[in-house]
Amino acid sequence: MKDKGDERREATSNPALEARQNRSGGPRAWEEKTLRRALANSPERAADFTTVSSYSVRRLYTNADLVDWIPERDLGSPGEPPYTRGIHPTMYRGRLWTMRQFAGFGTAEDTNRRFRYLLAQGQTGLSVAFDLPTLMGYDSDHLMSEGEVGKCGVAIGSLADMEALFDRIPLADVTTSMTINGPAAAVWAMYLVVAEKQGADWRKLSGTLQNDILKEYIAQKEYLFPPAPSMRLVTDTIEFGAKHTAKFNPISISGYHIREAGATAIQELAFTLRDGIEYVEACLERGLDIDEFAPRLSFFFNAHNDFFEEIAKYRAARRIWCQVMRERFGAKNPRSWALRFHAQTAGCSLTAQQPYNNVVRTAAQALAAVLGGTQSLHTNSLDEAWALPSESAATIALRTQQILAHESGVTNTADPFGGSYFLETLTNEIDDAAQNYIEKIDALGGMVAAIECGYPQREIADAAYRYQMAVDRKEKIVVGVNDYVTDKEPIEILRIDESVAERQSDRLRRLRAERSNDEIERRLGALRKAAAGSENLMPYLYEAAKAYATLGEICDALRQVFGVHEEAIIT
Amino acid sequence: MPEQKIRVLIAKPGLDGHDRGAKVIARALRDAGMEVIYTGLRQTPEMIASAAAQEDVDVIGLSILSGAHNTLCSRLMDILRAKGMMDVTVLIGGIIPEADIPNLKKAGVAEVFLPGTTTQAIVDFIRQRVAAAPRGV
Repeated sequence: MKDKGDERREATSNPALEARQNRSGGPRAWEEKTLRRALANSPERAADFTTVSSYSVRRLYTNADLVDWIPERDLGSPGEPPYTRGIHPTMYRGRLWTMRQFAGFGTAEDTNRRFRYLLAQGQTGLSVAFDLPTLMGYDSDHLMSEGEVGKCGVAIGSLADMEALFDRIPLADVTTSMTINGPAAAVWAMYLVVAEKQGADWRKLSGTLQNDILKEYIAQKEYLFPPAPSMRLVTDTIEFGAKHTAKFNPISISGYHIREAGATAIQELAFTLRDGIEYVEACLERGLDIDEFAPRLSFFFNAHNDFFEEIAKYRAARRIWCQVMRERFGAKNPRSWALRFHAQTAGCSLTAQQPYNNVVRTAAQALAAVLGGTQSLHTNSLDEAWALPSESAATIALRTQQILAHESGVTNTADPFGGSYFLETLTNEIDDAAQNYIEKIDALGGMVAAIECGYPQREIADAAYRYQMAVDRKEKIVVGVNDYVTDKEPIEILRIDESVAERQSDRLRRLRAERSNDEIERRLGALRKAAAGSENLMPYLYEAAKAYATLGEICDALRQVFGVHEEAIIT
Repeated sequence: MPEQKIRVLIAKPGLDGHDRGAKVIARALRDAGMEVIYTGLRQTPEMIASAAAQEDVDVIGLSILSGAHNTLCSRLMDILRAKGMMDVTVLIGGIIPEADIPNLKKAGVAEVFLPGTTTQAIVDFIRQRVAAAPRGV
């Protein structure tokens, strides 16, 4: 089957293109008449101009670049396939994006206070950052947790912590995103118990579980189990969600971390969408109907420095996903075709030097995400190259979004860049390049097979090294780091002390003494037995969570059955 | 006689999975002619010390972005001291608040490299350090 990309690729020796370039007033004439003299008088600053991903950008884009671009097919209208212009007909005129600041540190009480502060400041959704022991399924008093408790996020060891985390926050009214992957199903079970105890109806609960294990193997590296049982857990949550929590996104297929690990924009896009294809295939194998679960698949992309490259990436993402869902999987429901995404500004672009510059970087990145049609957005804080954000830094980050939403005017119309010669060309090129990668991974036997042979990991490591060398050689300028360097300006940062670990350990000791340990044994035994079979594990995780089994106990039970994953080292 | 290659262990202690920096440094040091061993993720200080002893390295480069550097470094330095390995140069890179640097140095860490450091600066530091104080001399 010939796709749009093939058609575009074949168009390089297109007579219509030649004619358009050569006609009077066309690009060739301009080159002859005007450009040549200008270059002779004042040459350009560099031989090659490239994006932050080292993608070449030409001097000028004209309608000659769009010779076989068919607006009806490739652009469409907002709210209609292929959704290049956005998934809603009115975009931000109807409803602004959700301002969802990722937050979490210390104990559940510490983070609960930050959540309530952010909601009071006008934030419209919650996003939980968990600490590393939680992300890795270890209790706070485990040997491997030493030094890590409450540092990168909040420590959530059991249902008791989850209850404290959402104390006085009605889960029926607020949407919550949870950035957790390896133990995602168990943490989600705890969340569902808290919602139930608050009296919220599961069918009305709205939020997102990150739950994207493939990008963990590829980039973020917080995996617990080998790929096969991990894919089963993901499929279990998607299946359970389709039946019981129709408004909750059971997965957020994430390119963010792939990009942070050093990928280019094209790699981020391609690997993320191919991960999405892998999850869809797993659900179809489970026997689920495509239109039963696909509308709840959500995505998460990085918003990096290169303004147009990012906007083109989001637009290409929607167009490719629409094509994949319709042509590859035969989805019939338009809601299955529309790619919804969250965006976060690029943590890896923040500099420790001259930290106030990060406010400007973040604003430009956030603007790209908005112009790219994001559904929700996190803006990083200026101090994040030093530590987790302080309250004042987190407030500026939120205000940045509010300024874009209410003062910049960019929300007044859908897809303001639609039809731009440059942006449409870049969207086409990124679309084609990502589809090439997807075909390559298909040929390797799918994403799990590609991960097992280290393909995406190696591609990313190579790109990361190339970028670092370009910065070291000053081919890429990072303001305040390799140019425009000044003396240090110290800033106030958030400190997490070791007393968090002690408080968490005390709490676990009390919990283990007070709960019914017979029931815990029973629930964990049932979980192990189910894990060894092929049933959906969500009901077992729910029962274990409700009985106050700790996250470490639940994950250990699964480790006993599934084993652990060790990656092959690629440097 | 050919010059002995400088041997470096690049290690990721703790639970932190951010390995972009560790991998870039490993490759840059290798390109600069050093012998580099990368431990992979989730190493305890004990595992790192025994890998360093086994591989007979001149330098241990720790990469930590999780905020656990104070705990993990002081544990590693204690173990190195107990094993009589204080002649191994220990370096740290990552997200490290400046206020923590004096204590890390007091514990025996030779240098802390913050975000924005060029790979060449790290190569130069290691060469100078190993030339000035070769191991076991």
